[in-house]
Amino acid sequence: MSEATPATVAIGAKPMGRAWLWWGALLLLALVLPWMFYDWTTGRHSGFMISMLSQAGMMVIFALSYNMLMGQAGLLSFCHAVFFGMGGYTVIHLLSSIGAGDIGIPMEVVPLFGGLAGLGMAIVFGYMATKQRATAFAMITMGIGELLATASVMFHHFFGGEGGITTDRMIDRSLFGLTYAQGIQVYYLIIGWTVISVVGMYFLTQTPLGRMANACRDNFERAQFVGYDPKIVRFVQFALSGLFAGIGGGLYAITYEIVTFDAMAGPLSANALLMAYIGGTTVFAGPILGAVLITVLQSGVSLLSNSWLVYVGVLFITMVTFVPTGLAGIVMAHGPIHKAGQLGRLTVPYLRLLVPGVALLLGFIGLVELLSFLTIGAAQGKKLSLFGAPIDVNAFQPWAIVAVCVLGGAGWLRIESKAFNRVWEQVTADVKARELLR
Amino acid sequence: MEIVVGSLLNGLVYGMLLFMLASGLTLIFSMMGVLNFAHASIYMLGAYFAYEISRWAGFVPALILAPILCGAIGAAIEIWGLRRVHHNGHIAELLFTFGLVFIIQRGLQMIWGMLPMPYRVPPALDFALFTMYGANFPAYRGFMLLVSAGMLLAIYLLLKKTRIGLIIQAALTHPNMVSALGHNVPVVFTTVFAGGCLLAGLAGVIGGNYLTTESSMADAMGPIVFVVVVFGGLGSLGGCFVASIIMGMIQTFAVVFDYTLGDLLVPLGVSVGGDNLLGEILTVPMARIGPLLPYAMMILMLLFRPRGLLGTRDT
Repeated sequence: MSEATPATVAIGAKPMGRAWLWWGALLLLALVLPWMFYDWTTGRHSGFMISMLSQAGMMVIFALSYNMLMGQAGLLSFCHAVFFGMGGYTVIHLLSSIGAGDIGIPMEVVPLFGGLAGLGMAIVFGYMATKQRATAFAMITMGIGELLATASVMFHHFFGGEGGITTDRMIDRSLFGLTYAQGIQVYYLIIGWTVISVVGMYFLTQTPLGRMANACRDNFERAQFVGYDPKIVRFVQFALSGLFAGIGGGLYAITYEIVTFDAMAGPLSANALLMAYIGGTTVFAGPILGAVLITVLQSGVSLLSNSWLVYVGVLFITMVTFVPTGLAGIVMAHGPIHKAGQLGRLTVPYLRLLVPGVALLLGFIGLVELLSFLTIGAAQGKKLSLFGAPIDVNAFQPWAIVAVCVLGGAGWLRIESKAFNRVWEQVTADVKARELLR
Repeated sequence: MEIVVGSLLNGLVYGMLLFMLASGLTLIFSMMGVLNFAHASIYMLGAYFAYEISRWAGFVPALILAPILCGAIGAAIEIWGLRRVHHNGHIAELLFTFGLVFIIQRGLQMIWGMLPMPYRVPPALDFALFTMYGANFPAYRGFMLLVSAGMLLAIYLLLKKTRIGLIIQAALTHPNMVSALGHNVPVVFTTVFAGGCLLAGLAGVIGGNYLTTESSMADAMGPIVFVVVVFGGLGSLGGCFVASIIMGMIQTFAVVFDYTLGDLLVPLGVSVGGDNLLGEILTVPMARIGPLLPYAMMILMLLFRPRGLLGTRDT
């Protein structure tokens, strides 16, 4: 991400009145959402919803802290899960100690110690990694990630080997007299820490440090001329992002009461990258969008389909190829058009894009599912069915339909997207001309 | 002594296999600046293709066809994928190949299933080449050495004696100058990318039945190959070769020696043990630390000598 990304600057410079309203609405939604799935007849919360929302909460912290490196400092890290996992392991040990009565710390403060563990790790490894930038930085962090993941299986005392370590979160110490026996109480604890972390990370982008991180991302030589040492800026940014990742890991430990090697290993680091990138690294709120989207898809789709990773991979590659600014970047691009009141002109072109787009999407999903049911599904003894009607994956007909959808949709989409591009360029040119006239 | 000689031979075989993967990766990386995360996935594809072809047509066609298929896939990735994202910078290209890793891995599982493939050493090569200190040396390992030595020679001749080799060599160190001289750098890029993938495919063909052909083989091999490339240094095939052999030796020798860190302290009159974290670190045998060593060495190398062993410029 060495290119200039003006969107971040624009967000910071905007007057905050309207934005606060949006953030407030989002928080309210997060607080109310579990009650929408509350089963009043039995008086129980939906366990699936609560665990999905909790997961989303900690992933928001994790993805945002990753974006402190990727989006704001232009550093591509492959070891972010190390700090998450370290926070998790520390909190597990801490909870066990509190439970045994050795230390007296209220539950509400416990995630902070996970954060401190993440900070400590990030200081040690950041000292090594942040001497370099760009690809060399990416490779050092990959080495660190593999090193720690391998070590975590090796040393049983702290990491518990393959099985991980477990604890009991009912330590009976709380500032508000809560027991944290129910998932909903843990969920509100997560929301609390998510708000603290999001606000903290947002204000960090407004500090001189955050601005210097942007400067070192865009042009580290000029940042040096101004009198800042890019290495120090990278180091501090790296350490602080470790702090927040550790808080996320602490919440993970409290929620699941078990931390294994998975919380530390490469796939989780990769997940951070996917969430931040798909959501959009150039906008502060982008990773929040990405984290929620990926978590919801992960919980929803992975129940329905074996091929979750293919969808994520294809989505990611599509984003890298066509929309490097991510989902939030797309939304932000509509900002000036909306302000000029020209959004209506895009409605029809969008609808025309939608038809072949949906055809291509459905065709692609059909293709992947047919393929996966042919092999993996058969091995698991599952049968593919659509709306209750079974589909024979060995027959010719479904494959033909799917092929027509994919090829036809792709061809049609190509034509439509060219037409859309023409309209889009015209509209943006008009909007720019208006701004100049004003 | 027998352990040392045996491990030397095994380390050499493994090191040559690593070199076959790493040479392609280092060519691609030094020339195009693209860190190809999917390189090990191509290696895995090579193994699966070889299994499928050898089921229908035998091992020799597989040895020829599977690498060519992998090379074609590499060319397709370069032309339709990387070239499109090129204007977004090297990180975008890296991310593109990173996404490919997921797709290839899961795609393979969808086509061939999750279980390891019964891809075996061909019967014609399944005998003991010679016996040494009572242990057999399988002929297939000798064959692997032969193939990789042949590949080494072929690369050497291609780079040193042909015109395209000269251009590639020049583009390794001075890519902008080469394009300024009027060579079609994109075509050179495609050639190198396809060539690298071809080599990775070849490594998959001969490595797939030496190790195991399964859908996690890319994850097992990928990070080590990166370590080799960084350790050897950018723009240097020689460094890549030395690093491959070193890593191969480390991996095999670490398994054989059963020493611990604590043993080093014994001559000093300190004996360790005890059921705590420090005691555990000091009493972990070498064989288990083995997998850590490459990464530790890579980090140290990047810290103190960012250009690697024989590299010509910084990573």
